[in-house]
Formats: sequence, structure tokens, C-alpha cells
Amino acid sequence: MGKEYIEKRTVISPEGNPIEVDPLKDYFCDAAPKSCKSASGIIEKFANWARSESLWVLGFGTGCGAIEMRPLMTPRFDAYRFGIQWRPTPRQASVFVISGYLSVKTLKRVVRSYEQMQNPKFVVALGSCTINGGMYWDSYNTINRLDHYMPVDVYIAGCMPRPEALLAGFDKLKHIIREGRGEGANKYAENFDWYKGNQKKIIKDWDMPDYNW
Amino acid sequence: MQTIIENLQKHFQVVSYHQQRENLGFLIASKEVAVGLITHLRDYEGFAHLVLLTAVDWIEDEHFQLTYLLHHPEKKVDLGVRVMISRENAEMYSIHHLWEQARTYQRELREMFGINFPGSPDVDKPFILEGWEEIPPYRRDFDTKEYSEKTYFPRPGRETHDPAEYMKKKLYPNE
Repeated sequence: MGKEYIEKRTVISPEGNPIEVDPLKDYFCDAAPKSCKSASGIIEKFANWARSESLWVLGFGTGCGAIEMRPLMTPRFDAYRFGIQWRPTPRQASVFVISGYLSVKTLKRVVRSYEQMQNPKFVVALGSCTINGGMYWDSYNTINRLDHYMPVDVYIAGCMPRPEALLAGFDKLKHIIREGRGEGANKYAENFDWYKGNQKKIIKDWDMPDYNW
Repeated sequence: MQTIIENLQKHFQVVSYHQQRENLGFLIASKEVAVGLITHLRDYEGFAHLVLLTAVDWIEDEHFQLTYLLHHPEKKVDLGVRVMISRENAEMYSIHHLWEQARTYQRELREMFGINFPGSPDVDKPFILEGWEEIPPYRRDFDTKEYSEKTYFPRPGRETHDPAEYMKKKLYPNE
């Protein structure tokens, strides 16, 4: 298959001028991510408290676990009580809930979304599929271990975990952030080559830049 | 249902007919006749709806079985047309001109079973698997467990037991 959408091409602007476009260079930053130093002492503690009390979740349902997030955000379990709310775009989100199994095709979109999120960012992996493949462990198209492709802060085991378990998981995540251990984004930047290598081994049809910032 | 089949036998060579239920039957047609037969069923008998198009891999007999399931909205009966095609260079005539949605089924079969449908729009575009390099995964000679183990970094520590042996040991440890 030709990939015209990532090849260099000339487009006509609305004013009628021809413009050279190189999508991989023009639309994305091509530099690898850098690890950020944290602020010192009480400032960082305050920042961490603030981060932990406003977790903005990316509304991306990857598998069957997405169905558990609907009761969580509606009045019965009402996660908004705990400062957890869902956002429509990765640019506004700080928590990525991988809800269930990931096929290779979805993993590609997940990687793109994860890299577009602002630092600091946290990953909550939901269900046993993200831990060792769960009931799809021998499938030809679902990954087995999420932590080979992106750093994971909290695992919530179960198939599927109930919304109560999710709330407990978010509570755990808050503790981790307040203790200053929510360093997923830095870990990703430091081990960038290893994560990229694993991702590229799985995703054969790689038609995006190395860092989708 | 019987009258439909009797009608059909006047026009086509129907190899075998099997009545599964009162409102569901299957017949086997040869590859060359199949598209004409399905067109006849749609235009003259009133089977207006294509329910599904799927395949089964009969690896021992070295052929694929395609099933076109058709529905008659007025008589409320379903008729399945089974077509056997060879596993080597698997190829079938496309029916996207009869039902537009057949192109999606055919695209899926092309990817999952490697059955080609020449002339079907977008049939070569990847459908679910992007950049697949192995033999098509729904073919029965594809070992999905082995592929998963060598590709997806399995987490060590997963134990599997033979259920019969395991329960015997657990329930009757002294025997």
C-alpha cells in the first residue's frame, strides 16, 4: 500500500500558492522527549498534591473495560467527587486509562495519544489483559504486557474490575503521585529507545514519526 | 421453503440440500454457478438481504467453505448457500455488485483467510491487521499460540494444567 499521506507533496493553499509539505517534519516535533527535573522541596510537594487532586482522564476506551468507566463517571459511582474527570483530547488529559486488551492496531493509536499528552502523565492499566494478556494471552493480535510499550503506574487486576476497584486504583494512584513516584513520563523519556524498539517490533506498519509531539 | 428449492432445481444444479430448521436451510453450489444462483435468489425469489458471508477452513479436505447466508424478509426464511473452493490459490467471484456491503466481508476474508475476490473494491487494503507478514491468521495451519509467544513478550509465570489431570490430583490425591 502506498502511504501518500506521509510522503512529501505540494499542496495549493487557499490563496492559490503552492506549498511544499513534508508531514513527518512539518506536523510533528522530531526530537526525542527529555526527562524533566522536578522542583525542590515544598514546591514539588504542593505541585504533586495539586496533580493528585485533579486527575483528568483521557476518554479513550481501548477494549471491553471501557464499559466500566461509564458507571464510574455517572451518578452511581460519581468519580467527579474525587477530582477525576474525563477529557476529550490528549492535550488536556493527565491520566491514560488503558481499559482492557490492546490489539496491535489500537496500540498504535494508544502510543500516539500517550505521546501527545502533556507531562506529567500517568498510566492506569485496567484488567488482566494489560498485565499478561488475560484471556487473550495466545491471540495473534493482542499484546501481552503493556509495560513493554509504556510505563505503567497502577495495575488494576480483574476481568473486568468493577468500578469500586477502579476507584481504589485511582486512590492508589493519588498516593503514588503525592509521594512523588509518579515519574512515568520521565521513565519513558529515559528509556525511550527501549520502548520505541518494542513498539516498532510489534507495529509493523509504522507510518508516524518517532515522537508524536 | 420446499417450493423455493423445487423452483431452484428447475434452473440450477443444486448439489445437496439440507433443512436445518423450518425456516433455515443450506444448499451446496459449485463455484461457477454460485453467483448466478445468488443473483436468481435475490432478484426472482426475494432473498433481498445478505445476512453474512463467512468462511470455514476444512484443512483435511483441502478446501475453504464459503457460506452466503440470505434472508427473505417477507417469508421470514433464511437460506445458506455453501460454496467449496480450493485452498490453493483460493479465489472466488465477487458479489459486491449485488450487495454493496459484501465488499467489507470480502476484504475481511481476504485478510483473515487469504481468499481473493478479484474486482472487489479496496480488497487489498488492510482491514484489521496492519502490516501483517505471516500467513493469514484464520487459516488453521497458522499457530496463534506460537506466534503470540515469539512476538508479544509473554510474562513468565503462567502455568497451564490439563483440566482432567489437575482435578483428579486435587479431588483424589491418594489414588
